[in-house]
Amino acid sequence: MIFLIWLLYIPALYLVYGLRLALAGMGIYLHTFPTMLLHGAVFVGVYHLVKLLKKLLKVQPRIPANAGKKDKTISVYGVVTVGFTAMTALQGYGMLSRSMQGYLVPICAYVVLALSLNLVVGISGELSLGHAGFMGVGAFTGIVAATCAQNAVGDPFLRLVIGMLAGGLMAGVAGLIVGIPVLRLRGDYLAIVTLAFGEILRSLTENLHVGLDSAGLHLSMSNGGVQLQEGGKMIISGALGATGIKPISTFVAGILLVLFTVAVVLNLVHSREGRAIKAVRDNRIAAESVGINATTFKLKAFVISAVLAGMAGALFGLNLGSVQASKFSYTTSIDILVYVVLGGMGNMLGSIISTVVLYLIPEFLRSLADYRMIMYAVVLIVVMLCTWSPKIKNTISLFTYTMRTYWNRLMRKKGGSGK
Amino acid sequence: MDFLQYFIDGLYIGAIYAIIALGYTMVYGIAKMLNFAHGDVIMVGAYMSYTFVSASGMPVYLSIPIAMVICTVLGIVIEGLAYKPLRGTSSLAVLITAIGVSYFLQNAAQLIWGPAEIGFNRLVNAKPFLLFDGKLRVSPEAMVTLAIAVVIMVALTTFVNRTQTGKAMRAVAEDRDAAQLMGINVNRTISITFAIGSALAAVAGVLLCSKVQSVSPTVGSMPGIRAFTAAVFGGIGSIPGAMLGGMLLGLIETLTGAFISTQFSDAIVFLILIIVLLVKPAGLLGKQVQEKV
Amino acid sequence: MSDYSKKILRVPTYSLLREQDADKQPVLVANNLGIDFGGLTAVDSFNIAIGPTEISGLIGPNGAGKTTIFNLLTGVYQPTRGAVLLKGIDTKGMQPSKVTRMGIARTFQNIRLFTDMTAKDNVKVGMHKDIRCSFFSSLLRLPSYYKSERAADEKAMELLEFMGLADVADVKAGSLPYGVQRRLEIARALATDPAILLLDEPAAGMNPSETAELTAQIRRIRDTFQIAVFLIEHDMNLVMNVCEAIAVVNYGKIIAKGTPDEIKNDPAVIEAYLGKKEES
Repeated sequence: MIFLIWLLYIPALYLVYGLRLALAGMGIYLHTFPTMLLHGAVFVGVYHLVKLLKKLLKVQPRIPANAGKKDKTISVYGVVTVGFTAMTALQGYGMLSRSMQGYLVPICAYVVLALSLNLVVGISGELSLGHAGFMGVGAFTGIVAATCAQNAVGDPFLRLVIGMLAGGLMAGVAGLIVGIPVLRLRGDYLAIVTLAFGEILRSLTENLHVGLDSAGLHLSMSNGGVQLQEGGKMIISGALGATGIKPISTFVAGILLVLFTVAVVLNLVHSREGRAIKAVRDNRIAAESVGINATTFKLKAFVISAVLAGMAGALFGLNLGSVQASKFSYTTSIDILVYVVLGGMGNMLGSIISTVVLYLIPEFLRSLADYRMIMYAVVLIVVMLCTWSPKIKNTISLFTYTMRTYWNRLMRKKGGSGK
Repeated sequence: MDFLQYFIDGLYIGAIYAIIALGYTMVYGIAKMLNFAHGDVIMVGAYMSYTFVSASGMPVYLSIPIAMVICTVLGIVIEGLAYKPLRGTSSLAVLITAIGVSYFLQNAAQLIWGPAEIGFNRLVNAKPFLLFDGKLRVSPEAMVTLAIAVVIMVALTTFVNRTQTGKAMRAVAEDRDAAQLMGINVNRTISITFAIGSALAAVAGVLLCSKVQSVSPTVGSMPGIRAFTAAVFGGIGSIPGAMLGGMLLGLIETLTGAFISTQFSDAIVFLILIIVLLVKPAGLLGKQVQEKV
Repeated sequence: MSDYSKKILRVPTYSLLREQDADKQPVLVANNLGIDFGGLTAVDSFNIAIGPTEISGLIGPNGAGKTTIFNLLTGVYQPTRGAVLLKGIDTKGMQPSKVTRMGIARTFQNIRLFTDMTAKDNVKVGMHKDIRCSFFSSLLRLPSYYKSERAADEKAMELLEFMGLADVADVKAGSLPYGVQRRLEIARALATDPAILLLDEPAAGMNPSETAELTAQIRRIRDTFQIAVFLIEHDMNLVMNVCEAIAVVNYGKIIAKGTPDEIKNDPAVIEAYLGKKEES
């Protein structure tokens, strides 16, 4: 069965790419490593999606309570791959506007950020307001690492991977340093301290000067910056941020990172570790009573989340020619939190969809010019009220119920007259 | 002498933080929500004052009551439209709605008054007091601001401890369900809290903009966050705590900026906050509540 | 085993041991245990030794400090005085999670389940320390992950079946009826593979027939798993029926110890429960 789909999938892919080649006149390297990797991933995703469709198409009077969970996991991969295929196809047919193409990589980065924050907020149940700080650490580390590797590693994709790994590692270290003291606190205190740490991280990177010359890597936190030898290059210059970056992030890499994140988060959630993390969230005292060390597992979730955020930061930072530390302030953290809460806490598919939609709303509202951010705010408030307020929720369900019964009656009448 | 000068400057900004923090702490203590839009109500208050001053040429201090009234109404409207429907649900949901309100206010202000900074008149147009041969400058505004902060704190404490409404507020803060069962109108009490918080925000807005002498749509957000940290610092929910936290934050900020490092003053302020919370997890004057097993 | 516990064993008055356990090492020993809360003495000179397959009870009026004693035994509170020895090892300074891993499991007076998880997952969380599967093999979904998950599933189902919960295995714990939740909490506690099980008012809120069922269940737990059970309960029927030894506390101190028959006729116990004669 799998083999059959695999066989069908290859020509379909070639069709898409072939048309893209013909229409856009762009070269595509089917045999490079990242595309091969992606083909594998897309294949798995499509396979899962077909399985899901089959299950959905099968007439079942009632889905058993257990089946729903598994289908959801599968559909996350499915949605990501379908989204990728659709975007690539659109790109191939030249139907994607220039600005839309520019959003692809940032959207991937923000999806990863939302997913990783969801691990902390949704699964571990701790409100963190400093996620952008880890993103920033990852971005600048990734930029430095990728720049340093410029001569040694020729392949841009490999360089991006190096950048992401370095960024993830550094952000993970930051997460560990932040997490150990912070996770002793609870609730809103934890929130404000994560916010404080996020701002500290931003403030530190805002004063960071990094330069590369023949002697090696120069680091400085003082106002004067660093003195470089002839032919040296400033990578990060304080508040001006990193400039002159070689953009090496690609949509393919972004989707791969998203898939990687989804795999990490979902596999974690459905494992011994994930159960322990959720247990601590649901009832810390009960979790300790069955032998789970609450702090350890909160810390695990926090550090993993920071690593993923760092990788997303590297992807984000290596996407454009320059990036400033101010980008990683608490407003960005809050934006990511909004994506997570709106998508549903603990709901990974929800995080992905809400990130994409919320990221694009201001862009689609561009025609409203000055009113667009106001509209965004109104949409945000209204959606929150509609999804959370018990009163409004009741009204909506009453309305849909009335409409449905009315519709059913109408259909029945039609059916009756047909006879 | 330098130290004394910076100390006074620190108290000046600290007093403003304290007034904002009082609003945060009241709302948090009673409604149990982080009102992220508080900083933007400050901004609205400042713009209101600016509008009336520039339209009628009245002195700034006369515009304060007008700004207070408008902000009070605004606070009640925001609470009724955006927060009240979500009462009793996840506190995160309310937090996100508050963020939405914050975006809304900022962008509305940007539409009405434009994104650029606008000059703001000083509250008191008098020459500063020069002490010790002019080595020490004390602006009358600083003194007025400090006095206002102290008056507000005393008035709030008296209100909360002595009046019937104040007692209702404390009851709601302690246990909302029990208060309801005792016949306290919880919704009304929370609305009053928002009204008071917003009125305080208006005062703080005028004082803040009179200090920086300009107003812009984002003028409230950073001081708002700062004041929020101040409220946590002092022990959120506690009125004297907010006052103490605000003053300390202002002092730390000014003194580290002057004597340690300007570029890292933000980092140092937040670092001190973290250390305080690690040593005293409920803030300086907060009550430590232990979960019963 | 430390010599500490041997020292205690030599003092027979501490013991609640049944005859068949008398020559064995007690599984849990409290030696002169006490705790103060801000100057107020909640528990004082609490001495007890529980045999490895014994069902014993802790009774006393409301506010006597029974739950506080449980919290001391499980490491939730650190004692001000005295020591707790679990299988002969002093648990001083240990985290509650560490104490549990050493072999003590408990339920709570106000049920504390993981309400958002299914009944089976609740039990699987209880098996946390026994699931041998590294973090990376579960991230990478290596064969060992599937193997350990399958084993965990099987054991969880066995436990659920044992507690008569097999048909609610996939129901969210929060939506289960009260009595079922209590049984699920016991199943979760058993999943930690304890040497002693502490039950905090297991029959609270149950009707007489449910209580009778629970009484039989507690005996079955001891017989099947060969573990000790130590319970707090207000339902005297259950206590007198199931317990082989009983300690009575009032104002944080033990006022009587013995078999159910001895306790029933103890004047100090009657006074604690009913008040002094001249008062009534």
